[in-house]
Amino acid sequence: MPVLEVLNIHKQFGKTEVLKGIDFQMDEGQVVSVIGSSGSGKTTLLRCITGLETADCGKITVGGRTTFDSTDNRKLTKAEKRENQLCTGLVFQSFNLFPQYTVLRNVTLAKELLVKEECKQQKCPRNEMKARISEIEETAKQIIDSVGLSDKLANYPCELSGGQQQRVAIARALMLSPKVLCFDEPTSALDPEITGEVLSVIRKLADEGRTMLIVTHEMGFAHEVSNEVVFMSDGVIAERGTPDEVFDHPKNARLQEFLSATLRA
Amino acid sequence: MSFMQVTTDLFTGFYENLIIFFVTLLGAIPLGLLITFGSMSRFRPIQWLTKTFIWVIRGTPLMLQLFVVLYIPGLLFGVPMRSRMTAALVAFIINYSAYFSEIFRGGIESISKGQYEAGQVLGMTKTQVFFKVVLLQVVKRIVPPMGNEIITLVKDTSLARVIAIAELIMAAERYAGKGYIWPLFYTGVFFLVFNGLLTLLFGFIEKKLDFYKG
Repeated sequence: MPVLEVLNIHKQFGKTEVLKGIDFQMDEGQVVSVIGSSGSGKTTLLRCITGLETADCGKITVGGRTTFDSTDNRKLTKAEKRENQLCTGLVFQSFNLFPQYTVLRNVTLAKELLVKEECKQQKCPRNEMKARISEIEETAKQIIDSVGLSDKLANYPCELSGGQQQRVAIARALMLSPKVLCFDEPTSALDPEITGEVLSVIRKLADEGRTMLIVTHEMGFAHEVSNEVVFMSDGVIAERGTPDEVFDHPKNARLQEFLSATLRA
Repeated sequence: MSFMQVTTDLFTGFYENLIIFFVTLLGAIPLGLLITFGSMSRFRPIQWLTKTFIWVIRGTPLMLQLFVVLYIPGLLFGVPMRSRMTAALVAFIINYSAYFSEIFRGGIESISKGQYEAGQVLGMTKTQVFFKVVLLQVVKRIVPPMGNEIITLVKDTSLARVIAIAELIMAAERYAGKGYIWPLFYTGVFFLVFNGLLTLLFGFIEKKLDFYKG
């Protein structure tokens, strides 16, 4: 069974139809890259999947849980909304770390709030809550270590380079163990010489078998890391296939044009 | 008439200014926050209502508002204001809450959408995002404009004399009536010293919040 299933997603902003019926699914442990020129709808698709935008019609299922269904008019409870939200994680192009918190706090905050709330509901004793919270801290330190920033735990985002900030953002998303981790052009805001450190973290996650959906302009990286590449054009998926098929034997005319334009640049 | 005598008299007057100052702060900050939420409400009528309120309050002199609050309850509803001080406090709180609310709104709207979205994708509720992510950033950004407005408030408290509250400048004017003009100029020292202290306090707060940039 696919871990992410997107069915017939449509999205319109005013009179502009940005997504014109998107269908695709990905299996557990797969890495799928989404490429396409700007305005093709890649980011909007990602935002619909992660719940930042509500699609006009269609259905999205993550790990067997329907997180969006336009035919279901029932109003979701707060808990259900949060449950849906936590199915996916998102790493932004502009990092969006919380500037007033240290690296460690950025990573632990959301999980801590979640655990505190759970403890309140279950009325668990104080020391149990404390134990669970210090557990979070330990996990967070391990994750931060895995993105290579264990010496920056107490630093504030403003003291880090863009690449380091983006790695913290990845650690922050990993902390909630989403079933599908999404990346929205994770290296587009970085200097070219720093993109490598972020890409190698993502590559490592791919090797560990994380399910990831990556919107990117790094064609070489997409070629190397993905199991499947999706080319979007004008609000539809114009072509999809293995990296070799898409990059080396493109069938779609728009894709051929797009690839030759990016290669020329 | 000794210098000591004048100083004591002026202090008695300044006490009234201080009452107006502190009570206004205490009342106008929460009321201002409420008006901020109103003016940012997605429910149009509420937004329209608060915007009109802000327009009227900022668009008319505080001096006039003092008269209105003092006289209108008696003239319109037959319940005259018992105490002039109450009238002054009500007018000041209403007036300053309008100004504060615009500063708060500016602060809240200056926080990038990405901060809210980051909170949302991490599964935080809207309340958690506001209190845990946005609030401190807003506070940091509004300290300078709030400092400005609060220092203006210190000086504005003297307007209360138009409804016969015996504040600092009115106390000095009594001496002027007797032919002594210097106590009037002397009042400037009171304002300067108090505002000097406030400036130090705001500088301290800014420094405290300077542990991060952005």
